[in-house]
Amino acid sequence: MALLEVENMHSYYGNIHALRGVSLTVEEGEVVTLIGSNGAGKTTTLRSIHGVLPPKEGKVIFDGKEIQGTPAHDMISRGIAQSPEGRKIFSRMTVRENLEMGAYHRSDRDGIRTDMDRVFELFPRLQERIKQEAGTMSGGEQQMLAIGRALMSRPRLLLLDEPSMGLSPVLVERIFDIIREINAQGTTILLVEQNANVALEIATRGYVLETGAIVNSAPAAKLREDPKVREAYLGEI
Amino acid sequence: MVKKYALPVVLIALAFLFPLIDPLLEAVLGKSLLFSAIVIAVYVMLALGLNIVIGFAGLLDLGFVAFYALGAYVTGWLASSHFKQVSFSFLSAAPTETVSGNAVPGIHISFWIILVLAGAFTALCGIIIGAPTLRLRGDYLAIVTLGFGEIIPRFFQNGDDLGGFNLTNGTIGIKAIDSPGLPFLPDSLPAWQQFGTLNLNPWYYTILILVLITVYINIRLRDSRLGRAWISVREDETAAAAMGINPVTTKLWAYALGATFGGIAGAFYGAFIASIFPTSFSFNVSILVLCMVILGGMGNIYGVILGAIALQGLNFYLLPQINTWVHRIGDAVGSPLLSGADIPKYNFFIFGIILVLMMLLRPEGIIPNRQRQEELHSGDDDQSITDAARA
Ligand SMILES: Nc1ncnc2c1ncn2[C@@H]1O[C@H](COP(=O)(O)OP(=O)(O)OP(=O)(O)O)[C@@H](O)[C@H]1O
Ligand SMILES: [Mg+2]
Repeated sequence: MALLEVENMHSYYGNIHALRGVSLTVEEGEVVTLIGSNGAGKTTTLRSIHGVLPPKEGKVIFDGKEIQGTPAHDMISRGIAQSPEGRKIFSRMTVRENLEMGAYHRSDRDGIRTDMDRVFELFPRLQERIKQEAGTMSGGEQQMLAIGRALMSRPRLLLLDEPSMGLSPVLVERIFDIIREINAQGTTILLVEQNANVALEIATRGYVLETGAIVNSAPAAKLREDPKVREAYLGEI
Repeated sequence: MVKKYALPVVLIALAFLFPLIDPLLEAVLGKSLLFSAIVIAVYVMLALGLNIVIGFAGLLDLGFVAFYALGAYVTGWLASSHFKQVSFSFLSAAPTETVSGNAVPGIHISFWIILVLAGAFTALCGIIIGAPTLRLRGDYLAIVTLGFGEIIPRFFQNGDDLGGFNLTNGTIGIKAIDSPGLPFLPDSLPAWQQFGTLNLNPWYYTILILVLITVYINIRLRDSRLGRAWISVREDETAAAAMGINPVTTKLWAYALGATFGGIAGAFYGAFIASIFPTSFSFNVSILVLCMVILGGMGNIYGVILGAIALQGLNFYLLPQINTWVHRIGDAVGSPLLSGADIPKYNFFIFGIILVLMMLLRPEGIIPNRQRQEELHSGDDDQSITDAARA
């Protein structure tokens, strides 16, 4: 049984039909990436899974239970954490306070401390900046914080929306190494990326989304070889 | 630790000693400040209640007076002869029998129970108003609360004939409200057995303790998980939801808690003033309390207390004082315009000027709240830039 199964999901913004029957699965332990051009509906897919924009039609099955229609604030206790597009860190809070917010629903102090240490191991930069106001940090540091905050809930499934946005190539490499490391430590990941090249490097499988529908899905290695994908998303002619 | 508690302890001690100092002040100033101090304390409580809504949760409530009014009318209903149809007394300090030996008409419940009932009732009203409104984002709440604050006094004004039932006694209001008391105390303390108008000390200590309880709860709330949730919802509702925080219930807590303190303050005020009219609960009160919170520093408990004392002090003392000075100047220079001026009439004009000046010079209030200060100064935050450069 897959950890996450999305079946024929339709979502709307008002009367804009943004998702037209998206289906995908994520197996426990995988890194699955969702690639697609601007406006394809990648963020919308994550929002719909996460309950921010409940789908009008279709099913979202997590760990065997149907969760479509569950409000966003109940997702974290079910084991789904999100690092949203545009980071959305609490910019007036310090780094530490942001990380604590990630563990808001938990009460196991020791576990929280262990997880914070783990986040600091993954992102030593965050430890150096522990008392800094999150909003005054650089874009890359904020991205680290957003991912670190999501990890603080010790999620089974981590939804990442464009972790590479606005980062220098070197930093993109670093972030993706860390994502791989997070996955190796046991967190299943659904990764949305514009930067298909790097995303397909670390993913097990990939889905290609075009105007609200999945048009292709295959193991990542295969997608990288696909001439259409290379042309459209890997910037090759 | 010692340093941290020193100032609050000194201030609380001063507050408790104030009735002893007051006669000395009276000798100097020619007037007792105890009455004003009690009313100021009521406003401190109101401001602290509104601070939960505005300062902690970031919800703009423009109709806070509604809860104050509802609290006062709860006292009016439950501690007077207003409902002549019935005759019911419960632990009331007021006499339960008339001189001729008949039971006193109306409902007469102990003031101490009414305080609790008023708090519960206004919390419920807060939930009823807030539950549908707080689902909406943006400034809808401001508009709805503005309407609510206008409707409630109107309702009290016109509630003397609700299908033949006189609920509020209209513009005349509810009069002869029972005084609170502690009837079980020994006869050597008559002023405490039943609070009166000659000795205001029991009133003063009652509101002082209510204020201290309010301050304590404010502090506990600020430092609680709920307090953290309020900050996160204020910053970004979607992100807060992703952390497992339900934004609607989180805001509803703030609104209902604020309403509770507003209601209790109103219940006390109703008993203290002993007669309540719809006109005492106008929009001006909402704005005055709002000004206190903003002036003192949204979210900062001590700032808000200071703001309340400053603005009510201005109302009670400074404006009449300025009035006399202006009259004297007017008499001296022979200007009828100055000698006949009615300065206190312009109090809201003066508040307006103070507010505009505050917003220009120190938008975060007299004593700012850390997070609020950053929200207001994020554009010119040179300090953090230089910090970052050094790091
Ligand atoms: N809040 C909204 N209201 C109305 N339409 C929206 C809203 N958010 C997104 N859309 C529309 O839905 C479609 C899908 O948007 P979405 O944000 O999911 O794209 P995306 O694949 O994440 O793009 P990008 O790579 O640029 O982030 C777009 O056409 C977009 O204009
Ligand atoms: Mg997107």
